Amino acid sequence: MKIHEYQAKELFRAYDIPVPAGVLCETPEAIDQAVEQLGLPLAVKAQVHAGGRGKGGGVRVAKTPEEAKEAAEAIIGMQLVTLQTGAQGTTVHKVLAEEGVSIKNELYLSLIVNRDDATVTIMASQDGGMDIEEVAAATPERIIKVGISPLLGIQGYHVRQVCLGLELEPAVAKKCGAMLRNLYRLFTSGDASLLEINPLIITKDDDLIALDAKIDIDSNALYRQKKISAMRDPLEEDPNELEAAKYDLNYIKLDGTIGNMVNGAGLAMATMDIIKQAGAEPANFLDVGGGATAEKVENGFRIILSDPNVKGILINIFGGILRCDILAQGVVQAAQSLGLEVPVVVRMEGTNVEEGRRILSESGLDLINAVTLSDAAAKVAAIATN
Amino acid sequence: MAIFADSSTRLIVQGITGQEGQFHTRQCIAYGTSVVAGVTPGKGGQKMDEVRVFNSVHEARQTTEANTSMIFVPPPFAAEAILEAADAGIELIVCITEGIPVMDMLRVKNYLATTSSRLIGPNCPGIITPGACKIGIMPASIHQEGGPFGVVSRSGTLTYEVVHQLSQEGFGQTTCVGIGGDPVNGTGFIDCLEAFEADDDTKAVVMVGEIGGSAEEEAADWIRTHMSKPVVGFIAGLTAPPGRRMGHAGAIVSGGSGTAAAKIEAMEAADIYVCRDLGSLGRLCKEVYG
Repeated sequence: MKIHEYQAKELFRAYDIPVPAGVLCETPEAIDQAVEQLGLPLAVKAQVHAGGRGKGGGVRVAKTPEEAKEAAEAIIGMQLVTLQTGAQGTTVHKVLAEEGVSIKNELYLSLIVNRDDATVTIMASQDGGMDIEEVAAATPERIIKVGISPLLGIQGYHVRQVCLGLELEPAVAKKCGAMLRNLYRLFTSGDASLLEINPLIITKDDDLIALDAKIDIDSNALYRQKKISAMRDPLEEDPNELEAAKYDLNYIKLDGTIGNMVNGAGLAMATMDIIKQAGAEPANFLDVGGGATAEKVENGFRIILSDPNVKGILINIFGGILRCDILAQGVVQAAQSLGLEVPVVVRMEGTNVEEGRRILSESGLDLINAVTLSDAAAKVAAIATN
Repeated sequence: MAIFADSSTRLIVQGITGQEGQFHTRQCIAYGTSVVAGVTPGKGGQKMDEVRVFNSVHEARQTTEANTSMIFVPPPFAAEAILEAADAGIELIVCITEGIPVMDMLRVKNYLATTSSRLIGPNCPGIITPGACKIGIMPASIHQEGGPFGVVSRSGTLTYEVVHQLSQEGFGQTTCVGIGGDPVNGTGFIDCLEAFEADDDTKAVVMVGEIGGSAEEEAADWIRTHMSKPVVGFIAGLTAPPGRRMGHAGAIVSGGSGTAAAKIEAMEAADIYVCRDLGSLGRLCKEVYG
């Protein structure tokens, strides 16, 4: 789960990690109060989950109260387009106003769950403020990586490796050590999967301040992170995806025209790939789960059909524990109650498949039976070209 | 011959009294798996059908000489269940549970490295040696015993699809291992490939990967330098958008890494027969191992 910058900074404050003073504004009018409280200059920053806000015009620096007002008016309500939002962009609902800080140096710092060696890995670089993936590609030697076993926790030598690598002066290194320990504590006790500060700045007074803050939380751990769970912002999520989550369906909206419903995430991805190979584009990812019920199938149908781009649907179910006859009943039930206006190709395989196919063909519904995956692909291709 | 699980497997089921645990225990017994005990704390002394239930893995192991455990414990308690099994000296731990926090799995993985226990999963369908032993939730009927193919996969139903196509082409399977869709898991591709390479009955391997991480690339590198048997590969997720988790916690393209295209490239560089069209995987296997 993603959270906003201002929420990440609330967590930072709770763990004694220095951040600039800031005020959250949900209306342009609220900026006056922020100016009074923080003084000038100040930064006005769009609060959206997508990165790359600066390049998209979502961050402005204001030197006068008028400029601050103008910035807030321009950003709140804007459709912010960044590399991560896609062409349609995302609507900005609030901004974070922050005090100006004097910058001597910009660093990069992040903590990640490293799946390759099962550690919490600190990544740091002197090239702060830049796209770290570009740094990693061009000059990998400028990124310091320190892996920490969660059985040991963060040790003095971990801290020293980072500080020496960043070539910090002793006074700053001391502050960095305390910050790293606090970040590690926040990361592990908050079930983060990613924590990124870019840039981490050294001020002219040799203080370390997290100018930006990004935290992703492991969705599997939300049951024990009540406070962080409450930070979920439904405005940042696709309404259909939220609706799907209610029924325990895993749905992701995409830009294509062929809807699809599959049991199991791996097979669902492979089915999307098949649609693409058939010359069409998938309209979604939808995993109804290994133990899908008739009710889940019906809800899945409804969510797919609510996307006006959908011109056809491919259902691909490998019946294992979920028997094909039960599934077929679910498909028929859903089709009858929703009234299908687009062609539906059904490909089933596995337990009781003959019975399942019989139920579909005797239903009187206009369902297109496919026997193999290649057969299904050909039938989808026919829909796509019509 | 087979890898990791065979007729000498003596299985306990942790979480045997839950709905899932009961259902799949019965399926495993019906397949012929030797289920010697169940474990549910607080329900020791009861029975699930004919299977004795114990309060702890230690007790179950001491009484029944179990060597393998299958875990259906809910996510908040599953990591501890794995640790308990390892602590009791269980050799093979198969964790079916989906949704374990990754921070828990980091601790589990680091602890397991200090023991001799092997973990398969979590978030996996389990492992089956057709004709001998089924430990997991996969549908038994699609499998065929006798080899020559070994199968290793990060996915569930996608594996069933692959196995079904193999059986349709007349190919049996020595062992099929679902290593799970989580970012931090136990047994990996290379562990399985190494075991298949050493297994006389396995003549060829199908390896099924998906987007996210770099396990497939590392496996491809290992295959290039160590594997004498032919490997057929498939990668799911060519059309997956970056930055989105595709169902499995580990299936995500982030920062340009973990893409299907990069994995396919690495596999082709290692002379793996990469199947681009899932519908033709069975036929490709026939071409490779006719």
